[in-house]
Amino acid sequence: MAAVAIAVPAPSQSRLLLSGNEAVARAVWESGCKVAAAYPGTPSTEILEALCTYPDIYTEWAVNEKVSMEVALGASMMGARSFCAMKHVGLNVAADALMTLTLTGTVGGMVIAVADDVGMASSQNEQDSRFYARFAHLPMFEPADSQEAYDMIHLAFAFSEQHQVPVFVRLTARICHVKCVTTVGERVAHEPAGFVKDAARWVMVPAHAKQRLPLLFARDAVFREASERSPLNVLEAGQDRPDKRVAFVTSGPAYMHVREAFPDAPVLKLGMSNPLPLDKIRALAALVDTLIVAEEVEPIVENEIRAAGIAVHGKDILPKIGELAVNVLKPAINRLLNNEPAALPATAPAVFPRPPTLCAACPHLGIYYTLSQLKNIIVAGDIGCYTLGAGHPWNALDTTICMGAAITVAHGMDKGRGAVDKDKKILAVMGDSTFMHMGMQGLLDATYNNSNITFLLLDNGIVGMTGGQNTPANGLDIRGNPAPRIDFRKLVEALGVKPERVREVDPYEMPKLFKVIREETKNEGVSVIIGYRPCVLTDEYKPARAYFVDEDKCTGCGNCIDVGCPAIHVTRREMAVKPSGKEVELAFVRIDPLACTGCALCLQPCAPDAILPTDHGRVVIPLHQK
Amino acid sequence: MENEITNILVCGIGGQGVMTATEILAEAAIAEGHDAKKTEVAGMAQRGGMVTSHLRFGPRVLSPQIAPGTVHVLLGFEAAEALRWSSYLRPDGLALVNDSRLVPPVVEIGLYDYPDDPIGQIRARGIRTLSFDAASIAGKLGDLRLGNTVMLGAIADHLPFAADVLLRCIEARFARKGAAIVELNRRAFAAGRAAAAAHTKAEVTA
Repeated sequence: MAAVAIAVPAPSQSRLLLSGNEAVARAVWESGCKVAAAYPGTPSTEILEALCTYPDIYTEWAVNEKVSMEVALGASMMGARSFCAMKHVGLNVAADALMTLTLTGTVGGMVIAVADDVGMASSQNEQDSRFYARFAHLPMFEPADSQEAYDMIHLAFAFSEQHQVPVFVRLTARICHVKCVTTVGERVAHEPAGFVKDAARWVMVPAHAKQRLPLLFARDAVFREASERSPLNVLEAGQDRPDKRVAFVTSGPAYMHVREAFPDAPVLKLGMSNPLPLDKIRALAALVDTLIVAEEVEPIVENEIRAAGIAVHGKDILPKIGELAVNVLKPAINRLLNNEPAALPATAPAVFPRPPTLCAACPHLGIYYTLSQLKNIIVAGDIGCYTLGAGHPWNALDTTICMGAAITVAHGMDKGRGAVDKDKKILAVMGDSTFMHMGMQGLLDATYNNSNITFLLLDNGIVGMTGGQNTPANGLDIRGNPAPRIDFRKLVEALGVKPERVREVDPYEMPKLFKVIREETKNEGVSVIIGYRPCVLTDEYKPARAYFVDEDKCTGCGNCIDVGCPAIHVTRREMAVKPSGKEVELAFVRIDPLACTGCALCLQPCAPDAILPTDHGRVVIPLHQK
Repeated sequence: MENEITNILVCGIGGQGVMTATEILAEAAIAEGHDAKKTEVAGMAQRGGMVTSHLRFGPRVLSPQIAPGTVHVLLGFEAAEALRWSSYLRPDGLALVNDSRLVPPVVEIGLYDYPDDPIGQIRARGIRTLSFDAASIAGKLGDLRLGNTVMLGAIADHLPFAADVLLRCIEARFARKGAAIVELNRRAFAAGRAAAAAHTKAEVTA
């Protein structure tokens, strides 16, 4: 992506239409934060994207979330205010750092924003990050909209500095990506106090850790007291005629849904949700007949309230999966209260699904069409745009687990194969950014342990699925300034792959790709096939002239459709009888001239040569060598 | 309180400008002194998936999500997508639909059928529906990217505030791209308004 212009921030007291992510970024900047790091991940990506446009702050795309958290910790040790952001599954990656930095604590205020993908718009699971606050004995704030996210970042920095611990701000997709009016303030600079050598605090060997552990449990009580007194934990009486039948304990977006669905019910809004203000909850329970916890997604608060001996409803009546929107809450709670059920809205009409697709000219199209033509293979996939290869028409991926798992799962498959799979070719597919995030160690493990796998490194020079962030693969930093560009051939060789087993193939040249995959899967040991072509959504991609279908030549075989390019459309279908007597459906096609950028993938499987460049001359997209 | 909130659902496909259009609508509502919240599910929308953007505005908006059956105006950037979300409309709601079709690969490879008459199906549900070809209107103005502004023009006379409020927000958004682009968008906005109005007129005379 092109260089980011450092913007002039909107003046203090501006009322801005900000997403939760943008509000977090603004508040991080205002807090005088010096260092902010993140790895892109939906729904948290835009925090750093917004933050890097502010002046007077160092921002970076870290190669993974553990790195981002450690970078923030190091800055905090210097006395600087620091920040890291990640999606829920990123916190798993960072958990190793987390569980020890909670022992050392911090110096400069350190805030960790974690964004849960409640509803799973773009994630492999729906885990609840609030468990980590309990696990690490750390305070957690939970905003319910952009203004609260902005306010809580300020409070979190102050709390962090006061208590010398990092503070979690838990967001969900419905905070990150909701835009609402937010009033912003002034930036206050914060000068780092300087590093103070203190081995007993910073060197976590067992002897030192044993001294730190009691502090961790002692501060639990301090935080509980802070939670009881916190203005973030507000007891609201209910609107006009306070309802004595039911009260809610809720947090985050669920608070807004509860308030809208049951305006008369008393509500305890948890802005600081760990530790719980149990006295406040007890007081609320005493006011009403029934106490209900509305929380996304696991019954964490509910279980803690029940453990404290307070009768409560929660996930016995509400779903454990997805968002607690008004239309989810209302029927469930009305059923419990024996209220008249509301009339059901009209049923939704049946319409075909519209899953996300690979873009026209996406280099992954060449990879997946080729893989779909190979027999007797098992393909371990990974996380990124290229996960879409698991879908139609390619159906080319057999597994997807987590960032970096393709190589290691493939390696385990190789070691675990029985006689029944002895002739199977095992492949791993991973993008450049995922490889640098968590794939490199797996490749080292595979070469070290003499695996027999073929690894396809799909290098498109960008973090694609999250919207195109820079990485070491394109040699640009977060602000688009030049940075060292990684040489993947050298890297994989350094990780133990024999030089002759590293092949570089243009993913737009499918016959060659097919041949190289066949060759390398026959070879013993670890092979790496690097397929480089820039993501078509980046500046590095140079479109060429569009292709068109010569109707007189098209035989309706439909081979081109199997490439999976969204620019190819069927104009008519016909039934035909083959010489063998078998009935087949023919599909005649056209190419959308506005969508086609001339990658020439579709013409490669076209038997009658019916796909021609619009100027009838051979058009070759120049491959920009690294 | 629900009656004071206006719910607008904008739907389409990643890349069509659904989110930007909704953001401009939100800016207009705020300019009119409303509280407003805009939300969408668009995790992988950039890859040709479906996008819905919810806009709610009024004295004070709590939940950002629109419940099924409560939409006042559905602004559909694509015909089948408008049909998909038509059950979100109130019985007295209005559907404004771009009738151009974007057919996804899952249909092209023969796994699913594209509905023969999606707009007719919306009407058959008893929903008042105005449809027009925003893509060809934009194409006649010289740039398909103007389709977004054509759609905003179409909704302009179906909002609880004056069309000019919305037009001013569009002008502000394109101001830094120069006077020529602003003028093009002004024309696209007018064309969208005219397309919806012509339809309304036809409805009255029919």
